[in-house]
Amino acid sequence: MGDEVRLKIDGHDVSVPHGTSILEAAAKLGIKIPVVCYHPHLSANGVCRICAVDVGWRVQVAACVTTCSDGMEVRTNSDDVTRARRTNLEMLASTVNLEDAPDIQTLLEKYQADRTRFSAGQKREVPVFDDNPFFLRDYSQCINCWRCVQVCAEDAQYAFALTFNGRGFETTIGTFMGQGMTDTTCVFCGQCVGVCPTGALKPKRQSLLEMGKSPDEAMKLARPKNDRKRA
Amino acid sequence: MTEESSTIDLQPLHLLAESYRGRSRDALMPFLQDAQALYGWLPGEAQKTVAETLRVPLADIHGVIEFYSMLYNRPTSKEIIRVCNDPVCQLAGAEAVIEKISEQLGASGIHIERSQSNVERVSCLGLCEHAPAALFGEDAKGDLSSALADNHLPLDASSLPSKVYGDRLLILDRVGKVNPRSLVEYLESDGYTALHKALDHEPSDLIDLVNQTGILGRGGAMFPVGRKWIFTRDATSATQERYILVNGDESEPGAFKDRVIMEDDPFAIIEAATIGAYAIGAKKGWIFVRGEYPLAYRRLANAADKAREGGYLGDDILGVKGFNFDIEIRRGAGAYICGEETALFEAIEGKRGFPRKKPPFPVTHGLFQRPTAVNNVETLAALLAAIKIGVEKWRAIGTEQSPGTKLFCMSGHVERPGVYEMPFGITIREMIKRAGGLPNGAEIKAILVGGAAGVFIGPDKLDMQLTYEHSRQYGVPLGSGALMVFDDSVDLRQVVFQISRFFSHESCGKCFPCQLGTQRQMEILERGVGRKTLAAEDLVALEDIGMAMTQTSLCGLGQTAASATLSALELWPDLYR
Repeated sequence: MGDEVRLKIDGHDVSVPHGTSILEAAAKLGIKIPVVCYHPHLSANGVCRICAVDVGWRVQVAACVTTCSDGMEVRTNSDDVTRARRTNLEMLASTVNLEDAPDIQTLLEKYQADRTRFSAGQKREVPVFDDNPFFLRDYSQCINCWRCVQVCAEDAQYAFALTFNGRGFETTIGTFMGQGMTDTTCVFCGQCVGVCPTGALKPKRQSLLEMGKSPDEAMKLARPKNDRKRA
Repeated sequence: MTEESSTIDLQPLHLLAESYRGRSRDALMPFLQDAQALYGWLPGEAQKTVAETLRVPLADIHGVIEFYSMLYNRPTSKEIIRVCNDPVCQLAGAEAVIEKISEQLGASGIHIERSQSNVERVSCLGLCEHAPAALFGEDAKGDLSSALADNHLPLDASSLPSKVYGDRLLILDRVGKVNPRSLVEYLESDGYTALHKALDHEPSDLIDLVNQTGILGRGGAMFPVGRKWIFTRDATSATQERYILVNGDESEPGAFKDRVIMEDDPFAIIEAATIGAYAIGAKKGWIFVRGEYPLAYRRLANAADKAREGGYLGDDILGVKGFNFDIEIRRGAGAYICGEETALFEAIEGKRGFPRKKPPFPVTHGLFQRPTAVNNVETLAALLAAIKIGVEKWRAIGTEQSPGTKLFCMSGHVERPGVYEMPFGITIREMIKRAGGLPNGAEIKAILVGGAAGVFIGPDKLDMQLTYEHSRQYGVPLGSGALMVFDDSVDLRQVVFQISRFFSHESCGKCFPCQLGTQRQMEILERGVGRKTLAAEDLVALEDIGMAMTQTSLCGLGQTAASATLSALELWPDLYR
């Protein structure tokens, strides 16, 4: 088996090491394939399908999890690719509050997605969980990208505090029997907040500042109850 | 937890836990199912015991219970009546049945799932030949419209009769004739003759023989069995473990053939899996039966026990030194997606049934990341029949490219719904005639070929031959061989909506196009039912959603979730105008 594979992406020849993803190979050519769920430090699951590209198969493939093969001809912007991307973005925008997701906003613009197209449809509406001093969980802003669940588990922390409720459209991120974060195995490492792309997980102090509280007030309001040292 | 902990007695669960101690996560589903049998649901305290015993994170257990329709983390009645909600039963009056049952139970209201009520509307139960049908606890009941007309619950204990037809039954030869509980009777009716024949061959010669039968996977994917076995066998060095897995998670609306085989000829599945194990060098196998098939599960579990006692499973099978193989029977817990092979692996491994990305493929990285041959129930039964009668005789039936016989599930508006074993090559017209035609001489409006994931065809395609080659030519996938017939009185908008509702209920929620698309598709089609017309932009939206799901979904469920809708829009452009 040779170490390099040769392929064409949007008509350009490229040679990459065996095992390289289409996403990485395209980047080498300066072609940026859009991603939503993908994070370079986490295991890729190909969940959002925004990076789907045409490789001449019956269906498109997710560029983040599909490795390049010799002779592959990739089209990252065919009509079908763009049409699916736009539709998937429109469906996402009609479901989730994306106001704190600047990268997705940019994609909505780029693909001329009509945000109101499916506005008659059901939205993801969940009350905000304010159950710990460190971060808020607002799943009406959650796109189910899996990043938080992954960092909480084998991708980083091995805390296993997060999981999924329901399935299909009703899927939301949750905890064991809906427990508040302080009752779970959460160690408040903050990594889930760090990888969240949409502001569904947000540091409490940031949120309080955004609500117009002064820094002092925000510090006070978001202080652990048992933090006697600083009381 | 809350007040619940004081009210449940954990003693029986602790006893149960002893039998699971030392096992790991792959025992999660059976443990949860056994625990639920004790309490009728899974209280938090019980989940904690399961977590500690198997050393699985609590959050993961919660996620698993939330995923499967038949696992409950809220109190529910111990015996649940699950009434099929999908097209065939709906046509046969499922709504009236639900009303009648709730009335008799005095239930205040019915909710889809996770309700406190005893009645649930559920996805297709694979009892289409007995529509309208329901599961009363673990007992399947059919023809409920007439059964409930002048009778009150509980219904009598009689079981449903097999409805099996065909001129020369090769796959179904024992169904309804041989006691499915008896190994002795199985042996007296040519049981295990195919295994004897197979063991006369070297494994590689046996796979050659399998290739010659020309049998393709009959769960819908149509992959050649012989090639799958070669890939699995050659995936690793001979010393490494590999598995054979029988997919009995038949959940396609309109499909019920695998249920009939598993219920009425369970030893055949075990024998065929044993042949597969010999061919690929597997020492361990699984049969995964959908949770809604309790009788099939019991019959298979009994058959496996009897086969083990008789020396047909275990070490040195039939005296062949070193040929060791055993099989574990697993129950699903209510999730159509687990018929997708990689989701099935996840279910057996004790996880939510999320399909995996492919590649890697199951033949190299399957169950527990080992090479795994996944075969559908009918596929194995057909293979057994072909080996038994010999390749030449098998190939003399059917057509050159589609040799042998095939099982077709006839349901909907036909006089005699049931499983029909027919040589490949019979036309749809002839097939419907064999099923007695349409009741009251009605005209055919449409046929849904291949179940909910299939496509509609109109009366103009009745001369299509049911073969792989002819169906390809017509662009109509045979799928699992389900033919749902609709007469001209049917409101197709209602049927198309029900299919979309099925997919939105069964989408696993992993990838965006399917998670979101099945919901949006259903919402638009529901509007179409009420108003009978849809705006032009709604029709464009259906096309866009359909394209996005078909092209970009992660697995076969999402890739076919718009298939019926798109075919209906193409076939009847005025359906919503």
